[in-house]
Amino acid sequence: MNLLEQIRSVWRIIGRNKVRSFLTMLGIVIGVMAVIIVMSVGAGAQSLILNQIKGMGSNLIGILPGKADEKGPPASVMGVVITTLKTDDIKALVKDIPTLTAGTGYVKGAETINWGEQKTDTNFTGVSAEFIDVEDAPVERGRFFTEEEDRTAARVVVLGSSVAEDLFGDQDPLDKQIKIKKTLFNIIGVMKKRGSSGMQNQDNQVFVPLNTAQKLLLGINYVSFARVKVDRAENVDSAMEQMAFILRDRHKIDNPENDDFSIRSMAQGLDAVTSITNALKMFLAAIAAIALVVGGIGIMNIMLAAVQERTREIGLRKALGAKNRDIIIQFLVESITITLIGGIIGIILGILISYAVAKTAQGMGYNWDFVVSLSAIAVGCVVSVGVGLLFGIVPARRASRLDPIEALRHE
Amino acid sequence: MALIEVKNLEKEYVNEAIVTHVLYNLNFKIDKGEFVAIMGPSGSGKSTLMHILGFLDKASGGQFIFNGRDVSTLHDDELAEMRSSQVGFVFQSFNLLPRTTVLENVILPLVYTSTPARKREELATTALNSVGLSHRLNFLPNQLSGGEKQRVAIARALVNDPAVIFADEPTGNLDSKSGLQVMQILQELNADGHTIILVTHEKYTAEHAKRILRIKDGEIISDELVANRQFATGAKELIK
Repeated sequence: MNLLEQIRSVWRIIGRNKVRSFLTMLGIVIGVMAVIIVMSVGAGAQSLILNQIKGMGSNLIGILPGKADEKGPPASVMGVVITTLKTDDIKALVKDIPTLTAGTGYVKGAETINWGEQKTDTNFTGVSAEFIDVEDAPVERGRFFTEEEDRTAARVVVLGSSVAEDLFGDQDPLDKQIKIKKTLFNIIGVMKKRGSSGMQNQDNQVFVPLNTAQKLLLGINYVSFARVKVDRAENVDSAMEQMAFILRDRHKIDNPENDDFSIRSMAQGLDAVTSITNALKMFLAAIAAIALVVGGIGIMNIMLAAVQERTREIGLRKALGAKNRDIIIQFLVESITITLIGGIIGIILGILISYAVAKTAQGMGYNWDFVVSLSAIAVGCVVSVGVGLLFGIVPARRASRLDPIEALRHE
Repeated sequence: MALIEVKNLEKEYVNEAIVTHVLYNLNFKIDKGEFVAIMGPSGSGKSTLMHILGFLDKASGGQFIFNGRDVSTLHDDELAEMRSSQVGFVFQSFNLLPRTTVLENVILPLVYTSTPARKREELATTALNSVGLSHRLNFLPNQLSGGEKQRVAIARALVNDPAVIFADEPTGNLDSKSGLQVMQILQELNADGHTIILVTHEKYTAEHAKRILRIKDGEIISDELVANRQFATGAKELIK
């Protein structure tokens, strides 16, 4: 019997037991669908994050307190508070390294902001006056705070665009006063809408001078992280070396092993984020793999039942000249056909759901690419055939080993 | 040269160290074109003998020579090939595949041969014609009467033009009229030159054959030509 005939005959068998075949396939459908969604949504999320990081510019250098190895994230990312990085460090770097054009430290907090009866929960970010140069963040109305205002810890605030909308609606927020942590702040500007960047919605926060944030709002004297801008992308590497040198000097560190900071270029940041998202994808893929194994066991169960149910047929086929190999092939083609159909349905559903996710994310303003790679589809196909083969072989061999005489007597 | 030659054939089953002898020291020959009934009560070993002659089972001792070839030495795949090319089976319980059309049931043995797909349908249609079922090609087994089912089974046994057709109690599940019809077809096929081996416990059915091998407790107790052969209605004229 050639393969085409095998498949046609399997098709008939599947058609005879539509509900059972469908339920059998379901495990594979869900498993393959999960694989496709994980790969596609994972790639979409990765593209979102990478696009955002790239959008911030390739000539930015980040400084995080605490030491980190080459690939992994520094401890501060994991929520460990390290207090070694100070505002003066950043100022010294920008002053001493000619290729650095601007730099700012960052501190962040979350607070409820009041304007009269209106209130909104939001994040505040303390940055220096150079923030708008570092991040190319444009001010839409009013102005950003000055170095002087930062130095004197002035109570001024620049609103993100959605905070301005939430609190003031159509009214002009400029020169009005809002209350953050019971302290009144003068609104001097509103930022232009930026969307989300660096995994954070840039519009749903307010900016206050770094000093003000440290002293008035947080009561700290360190920065959580810092960014400096290099004049040209090709100077990034040399700037990073000089920064390390200067910081070691300032922090009195002789051995680079003992660094209490880590310096990352955007390129390295991209690598770090990629390695994190890849690990996440692997984890989700492992869950999808479990679904496939469960589906595979379902296939094996049904195929074993089919061998039992069709014992007489197997005996008859052998009596009519089928070799053991023919019986093995028949049952394998059957299990593989079921899993492949399930796989194809899973791929289609996976693509549709990934598309819906991408469209929803895009609708929410994220720069989310809809990515279904050929490799994801290939993996879906190969895995479904593999599951059919793997979990079909035991029932198929059992069928092929039936004694035709016994099988023909089977009731 | 005899088509089938059996020398000192033995069969025993070993089950958990208990040895059951089923066939003892059988010796006989069957020539091409014969119509032989193997007759005996149930448990006599006649079905086991048919299974060995039909390449479904192996003898434990002695020789079984088919068309000059010693079958005892063949391995499983070669036996499957012999079943595919040399023999056709008609079973008491028809053994048609359910939910599979008459035509497809008859095509089934050809699926395991190198017959091209187009030729298969032609051969199956011819075989169904010869048992008078050309009007039932696309029927399903559950739409047929018992007699029709057995005729489909005969067409299936015929379709690969085998050297021998084995019929194991072919009338056992049929009413007498349908049974007679089946015997008529077998007699006609024999008249056309087919070698037929009929396994039965009924004397009357056995007497439709030309020769009866009586078997009891695993031994042949007589081997003789049928003196008063029964002819199924309509078959007699043809044979004369």
